[in-house]
Amino acid sequence: MGLTLQNNWWKIIGILLIYYVLIFGLIIDVPRLDILNETIRNLFFHVAIWFAMFIMLIVSVIHAIKYLKTSSLKHDIIASEFATMGIVFGLMGIATGSIWARFTWGGWWVNDPKLNATTIALLIYLAYFVLRSSIEDSHQKGRISSVYNIFAFAAAIPLIFILPRLTDSLHPGNGGNPGFSAYDLDSDLRKVFYPAVIGWTLLGVWLATLRIRIKNLSVKAEEFHQIDS
Amino acid sequence: MRESNLIQETWALVKKEVLIELRMKYAVSGMILYLVSSIFLGYITFSLGKASLNVPTWNVLFWVIMLFVATNSTAKSFVQESKGLLLYYYSIASPLSIILSKIIFNCMLMLFLMVFGFVIYSLLLGNIVADIPLFLLNLCVGAIGFSCTFTMISSIASKASNSGTLMAILGFPIIIPMLLLLIKISKFAIEGLDRSTVYDELTLLLAIIIIAISTSIILFPYLWRSN
Repeated sequence: MGLTLQNNWWKIIGILLIYYVLIFGLIIDVPRLDILNETIRNLFFHVAIWFAMFIMLIVSVIHAIKYLKTSSLKHDIIASEFATMGIVFGLMGIATGSIWARFTWGGWWVNDPKLNATTIALLIYLAYFVLRSSIEDSHQKGRISSVYNIFAFAAAIPLIFILPRLTDSLHPGNGGNPGFSAYDLDSDLRKVFYPAVIGWTLLGVWLATLRIRIKNLSVKAEEFHQIDS
Repeated sequence: MRESNLIQETWALVKKEVLIELRMKYAVSGMILYLVSSIFLGYITFSLGKASLNVPTWNVLFWVIMLFVATNSTAKSFVQESKGLLLYYYSIASPLSIILSKIIFNCMLMLFLMVFGFVIYSLLLGNIVADIPLFLLNLCVGAIGFSCTFTMISSIASKASNSGTLMAILGFPIIIPMLLLLIKISKFAIEGLDRSTVYDELTLLLAIIIIAISTSIILFPYLWRSN
């Protein structure tokens, strides 16, 4: 424990990567493209944040499964906190995407299957928190919300990836639009994009672990209170 | 031996559900009334005398009514049953056969309500469907999909307080992709396009249903334990 380099190296790497993305994301040469122009730099924020969001949600589902297997409350706390981070990243993704849409498609919000799909994902996870708050007993809360977490993930999330590919979308890589790999001839974008994904993910994991530690402490404090009274 | 046991148990439970439904007619008749009055509401509010609705409105209104019917009729399967009765089922049957029997019964109920609803709907709001067999097939797939998803949601919601609201907020986001596919297929059926155009959507829909059923079967025993 403690603030040793051994435990915290990944946090430092995360912060360094985000600084790298913030700086190089703005100064590297990007392909000059019609309509997109300089907004292509949003790739490092918008798309990378979506990737990080899905990683958070996948971690949440994995811990929900682990909770059902072990019924140790530790996993339930991890699952719910990673879901919270997923929602935070989802909102950030919507905010950055909205700015991007304003300057490329001409509106803050357009009726696009991918936008709708991510809204569905956010609704699912918000419902997950409503479900959690409506159950008192912590073990029951853990079990039922884990079941919902897994069920929702299995039933809806794969579709969110499949459905936009079936219908027309304004997004690159859908409905006959070329994907970003087609624009990125010299792979310069990749040099910032992949670090961006890793950086945002590490930041999300860091924030989630902080919240998990707070939760664990408050659970312990509650136990002490119960013993006192 | 064990498999035949499971089938027997499930069959007995389904038979029990049907018998209860037939004896206490208020549930089915309540749903029929719900269906008829919401369709009539659509008829009145669109003030349809001679002109019929355009295709998207007709289609979407139909499926939204069906969605609400599905939430209300499947909510009954767990939300409206008393705690003691559920405890009794759990002590005599395996969780697998309970969830299977509930899904099968809800499928039958939804199938009936949807076909009945389609008849009433087309009487009042006009029948604009060109390819009726495809539309009916889509109805069947929709009934199965709705009942599979909502049965599980109902069992989740029944464990929490304010389960009526939870039923909607937990279920609607999950059902949206399925609903979109159903509406798309039924649009093809209404326009009477070549059937090969809907194969992609149909297989996708079946895949979702299979996922929903298998996750229900895997996850339900955990919910059962929490009672």
